[in-house]
Amino acid sequence: MTLPDISIVRPAPMTPTMYRVVSRRQDLADTVSFEMAPIDEIVAPPSPGQFNMLWAFGIGEVPISVAGYQDGILLHTIRAVGAVTNALVACRVGDEIGVRGPFGVGWNLPQAVGRDVLVVAGGLGLAPVRPVITELITQRADYRRAVVLVGARSPESLLYRDELELWRGRFDLDVEITVDTAPPSWRGDVGVVTRLIDRAPIDPRNTTAFVCGPEVMMRFVAQALVDRQVPPDEVLVSLERNMHCAIGHCGHCQLGPDFICKDGPVMRWPRVETQLRIPER
Amino acid sequence: MKSISDLLSEHPLFAGLAPEALELIAGCGKNVHFGQDDRILVENEPADVFYLIRVGRVALEVATPRRGPLVIETVGPGEVLGVSWMLPPYRWSFDARAVDSTRAVAIDAACLRDKCDEDPTLGYELFKRFAGLVRNRLQTTRLQLIDLYGNDAS
Repeated sequence: MTLPDISIVRPAPMTPTMYRVVSRRQDLADTVSFEMAPIDEIVAPPSPGQFNMLWAFGIGEVPISVAGYQDGILLHTIRAVGAVTNALVACRVGDEIGVRGPFGVGWNLPQAVGRDVLVVAGGLGLAPVRPVITELITQRADYRRAVVLVGARSPESLLYRDELELWRGRFDLDVEITVDTAPPSWRGDVGVVTRLIDRAPIDPRNTTAFVCGPEVMMRFVAQALVDRQVPPDEVLVSLERNMHCAIGHCGHCQLGPDFICKDGPVMRWPRVETQLRIPER
Repeated sequence: MKSISDLLSEHPLFAGLAPEALELIAGCGKNVHFGQDDRILVENEPADVFYLIRVGRVALEVATPRRGPLVIETVGPGEVLGVSWMLPPYRWSFDARAVDSTRAVAIDAACLRDKCDEDPTLGYELFKRFAGLVRNRLQTTRLQLIDLYGNDAS
């Protein structure tokens, strides 16, 4: 798609920039991926792992990770879980969505250059690490072994199934998929994603791991990685909290000394390990 | 061609085990092969063997009345199929089927139990290793139970 000649603007951080839905894909029963093009202004190019605040006008705003970006077009994957996300998922091609962003600290890919890369994704957590995987493929020579481990509830609930098949077909990318339960026709693994870590073909001490999924999963994955001798500082996790302002002012997303919207969402495991083990009240 | 003892020494379950112990266990072992979809274990049948998977993948299944068989776990290279041989009543809890062409070392459980009874040091070492295996499976089963990827689990 050719975009009009729109220069990048950086509006006030609380002011949304208008985007139009140019494609809509129903990934799962409750999950949709949108490609969105700018209308009059364009937000700054996001780094892998950053998020945008998406507005459903008249209803509210939610933080959504950037699942892809090319030539000004944003890709967002949204699961309908509340009023705002239900309204966003209901959008059709041509509808307008407000965008604030990009915000936060993303995946530090240069940290992994010259090292083995292990991506571990669970459920919808595949969306925030998708830009890591596409970058790995694009700049494949910059990295050593590349392994992607994906966990999901069932074969039917796997996100980006077509892309997963393409990635699995590559000789320079090792993709393993596991689900919690499956019919006999499923030829892949069954079990939680942590079980794949033990047999992942990596040199642990020379590996950088990018982990995204439900918080419980990330705790157990990070522990399994550290148990396998991956350096704790090389384990990066992407956190999700109740982000409202997205610029570190409102405090809704505070986790210990950090604001997840500003200091995260991607953080090194040792920085958040203690906080994530404290039960929420 | 590798001996059974060599194959045992390469398997994570027996990593670091003394060569004499490996020889002892190897006396109860043999190489086996299963074709795709071959039935390996049958629920409630005697648990008189366990398998060290070398190549391939095996699905643990449970039969359900309306949904048909469900795969609850898969076991792959470097993993162990079968722990029910350790304790009475020595019967399988689930069915197991080869998902792919699978190669494994089969260990005769009665033979190994006899050797453990004769050599309690070996028996204690093996039971510690299998206890670790069972602990890991219990932990992953608990994670499966909480529906990790559901909307409320994050």
